[in-house]
Amino acid sequence: MITSDLHTLSGAYALHALEDDERAAFERHLADCEACAREVGEFTATAARLGLAVSVRPAPGGRDQVLRRIAEVRQATPDRAPWDRSERRARRAWWASRWMLAACLAATAALGGTTVWQYQRAEDARAEAGRSQRASAELSAVLAAPDARSRTVRLADGAEGTVVVSASRDRAVFLAAGMAEPPGGKVYQLWFDEHGVMRDAGLMDPRRTSQAVVLRGAVDGASAMGITVEPAGCSKEPTSQPVALLPFPT
Amino acid sequence: MKEAVHIGRNPASQPDPQELLGAVALGDQEAFAGLYDIVAGPVLGVVRAVLRDRAQSEEVTQEVLVEVWRSAPRYRPERGSAVNWVLTMAHQRAVDRVRSVQAAAAREHRAALLDHAPEYDEVIEQVEARLEREQVRRCLRTLTELQRQAVELAYYRGLTYRQVAEALAVPLGTVKTRLRDGLIRLRDCLGVSA
Repeated sequence: MITSDLHTLSGAYALHALEDDERAAFERHLADCEACAREVGEFTATAARLGLAVSVRPAPGGRDQVLRRIAEVRQATPDRAPWDRSERRARRAWWASRWMLAACLAATAALGGTTVWQYQRAEDARAEAGRSQRASAELSAVLAAPDARSRTVRLADGAEGTVVVSASRDRAVFLAAGMAEPPGGKVYQLWFDEHGVMRDAGLMDPRRTSQAVVLRGAVDGASAMGITVEPAGCSKEPTSQPVALLPFPT
Repeated sequence: MKEAVHIGRNPASQPDPQELLGAVALGDQEAFAGLYDIVAGPVLGVVRAVLRDRAQSEEVTQEVLVEVWRSAPRYRPERGSAVNWVLTMAHQRAVDRVRSVQAAAAREHRAALLDHAPEYDEVIEQVEARLEREQVRRCLRTLTELQRQAVELAYYRGLTYRQVAEALAVPLGTVKTRLRDGLIRLRDCLGVSA
């Protein structure tokens, strides 16, 4: 689809009237078109007025039910990064990566079809909240381990990477500071380097340029970790040279 | 000027949804109850316009409100008002529900849509029946017939623009531009800023 065509989709987009493939195409366009993003913001607010105009009185019992339900529901963690174009881009990549990560972990469910995807977005967000809770517990356990050892190296473009390894927990944590966003459609994938053989250790969150990640899986015989830029899928083995290789502290 | 507010409450005593949502984001359940009182009616209105079925709409409305609670920490005021955020979520959820039903029987449904298309009058009636909706009504009238029908079918019925094109028997490209032009007119008429 040519750009001028895409631009006219702003109205349909704000009214949720696009099908999934077109919405994805428009969102890609949106990330690079400030005028479109502004227009979509205005249209969304306009649509909300259409919504206000049809307000009806809810059933009286609903209030108590909802109040009871929310008491059981854990809230999401806030997004800290500003909602700018780069974040929108990153967010897209993030969804892609969650998606691919699920596929990567050999989820057996056949997650095909647009409605599954629509539903999956919400489910994914919920699952993510639970995952990040667990991840942060695991993270603190590694960082606080009495035998935690760390090593910091300079990465490209002034970024800094620190790897923390706890032998007793057999786990490693990678802390990145100021890493560049992965190129469009790509993600950073982490690897354990075991005598030159790369073992998948999960993906980084492309939303954040600074983050702490627990490497997936045991350290085992690995003596270093690597980071590669991979297509937003899940690579079984690195498809490019590592952007960084960090020997584990001894 | 003495005038009923959107949701029929006294504005002087009504807390600001923005502030309430801020408190909700910090886990304040009492603030959530206050926010519920402000947005539940509009949310149900949006969901019911799209889903039609009252019982299903009440159910989806509850889901939306629980989602408001859950994702409140992710709300950022610079992206739009609290009510705007909630109603966008409500519309998306209602549309998702409608489309998942449609996916089950896409073809039959398409035929059914064509049959049912004139029902959007019912929504217009809802819009027009309410005094405090005067402004929206007036602004909808400033649209061309085709713009108005396209916007209403997409928003109030949750149709994709392809379905709108089918329902109105006009080319896809025409619907695309009419939706956008219609929203530009509405935006300007309502004095909306993002």
